[in-house]
Amino acid sequence: MNGVFARRRARLLAMKALRDSYAAGEKTFTCPRCGRDSERGTVARALYVCPQCGCHLPLGAYYRLSTILDPGSFRELNGKLAAADPLAFPGYREKLEAARRKTGLQEAVVTAVGAIDGRKCVAGVMDSRFLMGSMSAAVGEKITLAIEYAAKNRLPLILFAASGGARMQEGILSLMQMAKTSAALARFSQRGLLFISVLTDPTTGGVTASFASLGDVVLAEPGALIGFAGPRVIQQTIGETLPEGFQRAEYQDEHGFVDAVVPRSEMRETLSRLLRLHERGGRS
Amino acid sequence: MTELTAAQRVAIARHPQRPNITDYIGALFTDFFEQHGDRLSGEDGAVLGGVALYHGRPVTVIGTRKERTVEENLRCNFGMPSPAGYRKALRLMRQAEKFRRPVFTFIDTSGAYPGLEAEAQGQGEAIARNLYEMSRLTVPVIAVVTGEGNSGGALALGVADRVLMLENAVYAILSPEGFASILWKDAGRHEEACGLMKLTAPDLLRLGVIDDIIPEPEGGAHLAPRAALGETDRFLSRHLAELSRQSGAALAAGRYQKFRRMGASVQKEDP
Repeated sequence: MNGVFARRRARLLAMKALRDSYAAGEKTFTCPRCGRDSERGTVARALYVCPQCGCHLPLGAYYRLSTILDPGSFRELNGKLAAADPLAFPGYREKLEAARRKTGLQEAVVTAVGAIDGRKCVAGVMDSRFLMGSMSAAVGEKITLAIEYAAKNRLPLILFAASGGARMQEGILSLMQMAKTSAALARFSQRGLLFISVLTDPTTGGVTASFASLGDVVLAEPGALIGFAGPRVIQQTIGETLPEGFQRAEYQDEHGFVDAVVPRSEMRETLSRLLRLHERGGRS
Repeated sequence: MTELTAAQRVAIARHPQRPNITDYIGALFTDFFEQHGDRLSGEDGAVLGGVALYHGRPVTVIGTRKERTVEENLRCNFGMPSPAGYRKALRLMRQAEKFRRPVFTFIDTSGAYPGLEAEAQGQGEAIARNLYEMSRLTVPVIAVVTGEGNSGGALALGVADRVLMLENAVYAILSPEGFASILWKDAGRHEEACGLMKLTAPDLLRLGVIDDIIPEPEGGAHLAPRAALGETDRFLSRHLAELSRQSGAALAAGRYQKFRRMGASVQKEDP
């Protein structure tokens, strides 16, 4: 019985992941960073890391989850939660509809319960294709519910950040999600549970200034842009060009804000190892 | 209360003669002892803080510092804090927790400083840490937005049991200019942005983001600062008295619930 459901869940995630992957059908894949062509199959097997320049291309949320979780372990949490239009902001509903149609997602984050090498965990993945991964009240709510679910069930929590920051159309209520998610993490942490934050390209603004920076362990994908203020704003403020590599994952590592820069090919194994290393914790 | 447009309130909130943190400390508190430094990397003049007496009771006072002349403002970076400022604020809040003192924060900032050094020192992490730690303090915390409260840079001092606003203060995700620039790639449309952003005190009270509005004299606090300061004192005493009746655990739990409720979402079927 369990096997049937597990297989069905595995198929469901595989289908959703397939919809997320880069325009299937074409034989060659052109890297948006270096502009060079590679054979599509090779790029897909490399989890959409360009074989020519090594740049880590953005991943869809379901696809990312399919690369991390054990097959058949995925069970989505609060999948129907979606943005309201709390400020009645002109054009916002249409923008949301367009983003939903384009991505097949309800919101810029997918949260789930799953397992990595048999160890149960709660995982959340932001998707930058949905309105730049911006933080709506629904995104904040889904993340907070995931944190609370993990706290209640004493599970480790893994969140992949990918966000341009606040959802402008929700104004101050977007800002308040920073306080909401951070406060939920404070409660979660008091229970002795593990939170691993993974920063992917880009992680900026209110997401950097809230849950993404609060991991017991903070990992980052190579080359990911990570910062509070965006490079354009900083450049305008200081009136000079920014140094090469500024705000990239490696820079944040050097400045002490990231525990390790982990290539995508090693991410699942690294998470598995960290879950194993923390297994004896949180059992007070 | 007078009915002003959001853009008019933004202008009043930014008025150079509007009472600033130094005025509030001078008028509402006695025996203020200023404390410097975050004990990690340095001292940031954009955040002012220390211990003082409020109606005879020891309290911790923290706020962003904006001044009136360019020379003074250069010393406090026009009220735009760096990570050291937020970390100093956190250090003082932890002391408040240790000595069981209430915390008052005064917010007037165009935002956290978007500079190279600030980023190198972890602006995002510093703000995040304050949100996290403020949410679980077990002493009364009251925040007052006195002028302009923009972005995470303002919220980093704003996770409070009671968030109050002066009648013409504004509190927003970012400046109307920044908002227009991000949304429409045109900072010139800031007045239009003001109208849509719901950044005025009455709007925010309706949205449940703030708890009370401190009335200002006709035309704004800068026209009759003493009246505005007196009114602020009256509101602070009342809210502090109410909070002081609660246990530490009840305060932290109430604060959690207050922010937990913010922001609406809906249930939708698969797209």
